Amino acid sequence: MKSKTADRIATGVFVAIAIIIVSILVGLFSYILINGFKHISWEFLTTPSSNIRAGGGIRDQLFNSFYILLITMIIAVPLGVGGGIYMAEYAKPGKITDTIRSCIEVLASLPSIVIGMFGLLVFVNVTGWGYTILGGALALTVFNLPVIVRVSEDSIRTVPRDLKEASLALGITHWHTIKTVLLPSAFPSILTGIILAAGRVFGEAAALLFTAGLSTPRLDYANWNPFSEQSPLNIFRPAETLAVHIWSVNTQGLIPDVEAVSNGSAAVLVISVLLFNLLARWIGSIITKKMTATK
Amino acid sequence: MSAPTLTRQVFDIRDLNLWYGDHHALKNINFPINKKEVTAIIGPSGCGKSTFIKTLNLMINMVPSVKMTGEINFNGQNILGEKMDLVELRKHVGMVFQKGNPFPQSIYDNVAYGPRVHGIKKKKHLDELVIKSLMDVALWEEVKDRLTAPALGLSGGQQQRLCIARALATKPDVLLMDEPTSALDPISTLKIEELILELKEKYTIVIVTHNMQQASRVSNKTAFFLMGELIELDSTSTIFSNPNDSRTEGYITGRFG
Repeated sequence: MKSKTADRIATGVFVAIAIIIVSILVGLFSYILINGFKHISWEFLTTPSSNIRAGGGIRDQLFNSFYILLITMIIAVPLGVGGGIYMAEYAKPGKITDTIRSCIEVLASLPSIVIGMFGLLVFVNVTGWGYTILGGALALTVFNLPVIVRVSEDSIRTVPRDLKEASLALGITHWHTIKTVLLPSAFPSILTGIILAAGRVFGEAAALLFTAGLSTPRLDYANWNPFSEQSPLNIFRPAETLAVHIWSVNTQGLIPDVEAVSNGSAAVLVISVLLFNLLARWIGSIITKKMTATK
Repeated sequence: MSAPTLTRQVFDIRDLNLWYGDHHALKNINFPINKKEVTAIIGPSGCGKSTFIKTLNLMINMVPSVKMTGEINFNGQNILGEKMDLVELRKHVGMVFQKGNPFPQSIYDNVAYGPRVHGIKKKKHLDELVIKSLMDVALWEEVKDRLTAPALGLSGGQQQRLCIARALATKPDVLLMDEPTSALDPISTLKIEELILELKEKYTIVIVTHNMQQASRVSNKTAFFLMGELIELDSTSTIFSNPNDSRTEGYITGRFG
């Protein structure tokens, strides 16, 4: 009787915890979406922001967010996956590997504002670039790299050992085995991890405050010359992202419609991150299905 | 008369000792393996039979902390010597594992994998090799209409035969089989055994097995391992009808193991 009662109580407690988690999530989402959705319009997404007048949009901030994300990923993915391959396949167990692993873990848990300060010191001041997209992307790389290394290492480690043995036993070299057997098998989970990391980067503000800056020059979207000041593609220009924009209009905005802009931006941000997550799952499952031919 | 016997040997293992850290897993193994014969290795779990077969293509090197002494001569060359080219060795000594482990690729690509890496690029040449290898393992008729289908869609027995085809496609001299049927149903097992009998016309085969009937059905020579020692190595008929050592007799009559 006693253990049955305990079992019932345990079930009740865990169901309650699940309900709490879900309701927090649902509450948060619906608050942001209900408040923000009415401000989202095509015009909101396609007009530049305004410093003083009402009715500004988030065109440049939205573009900056995606562009910084892209640059970050171009830098972080090769480094991160390479690091993951090293940790999974080449690092010999021992003190050095343990040290590297704890460094990665510490890096992963660094507060992003600290990374922002570090970025200000190194990518803004030491390099003399000022606030730039590249500086922001490098700061985000620091923020992102440990996650990608970790995900890649874990994904490669979970590839069945059989496959690696099969390839090596055919007289295939280690590198070729990594390239043709391990990486393709690990690819779906690496990709999922990268997209999830991208979602994190997309919503990051603190690391960008002091590296990519709080302003965006007047952009001319017809100008594709990456060295021009007005070109959106220029990586040496300051760029305010969506997350930073939310922070800045709320703390120092002079516009009368602060609430509308920040609620609308928040909703766009949340929807984008949600899309990243859904995309990650969808692509991951498609690739897995394709490769294993199982249902 | 000693010269011809020497050339019949593919492997000549002398005084092989192997340690996993402090654990002495193989003790003074002396083991000649003859060309175009099937040599079966039997023994209870943990006797060192899987360890032994993995030394023949040095897959054992994947285990950290392994130490070996002695000689493993393959076609006259000691593979434990310093400058052994693992890629070259494993091209000549193929291996099939306990569980079929095809790559998550198409049937065709699985078989073509080894030859491709080893430099065969011509489509026609590859096609021939794939077809021949699949025919060798009696899988061709079953898969010829779906060569581009994923290999993981095949049944367990078909997957294992595909893995044998994959190993044969690199044209090895020796085929090592580490309990190749332990994960298969009886019918698939029978097919693999028939295959082994056919393959021994062309290849030297070393097979580790838990199943003594299997050893007696497919092999010419049988070796009995116990606690890291090679207790007895003789023709299969002698081992099963009139073993020299009482421990061999005890094992094959089912008194232990």
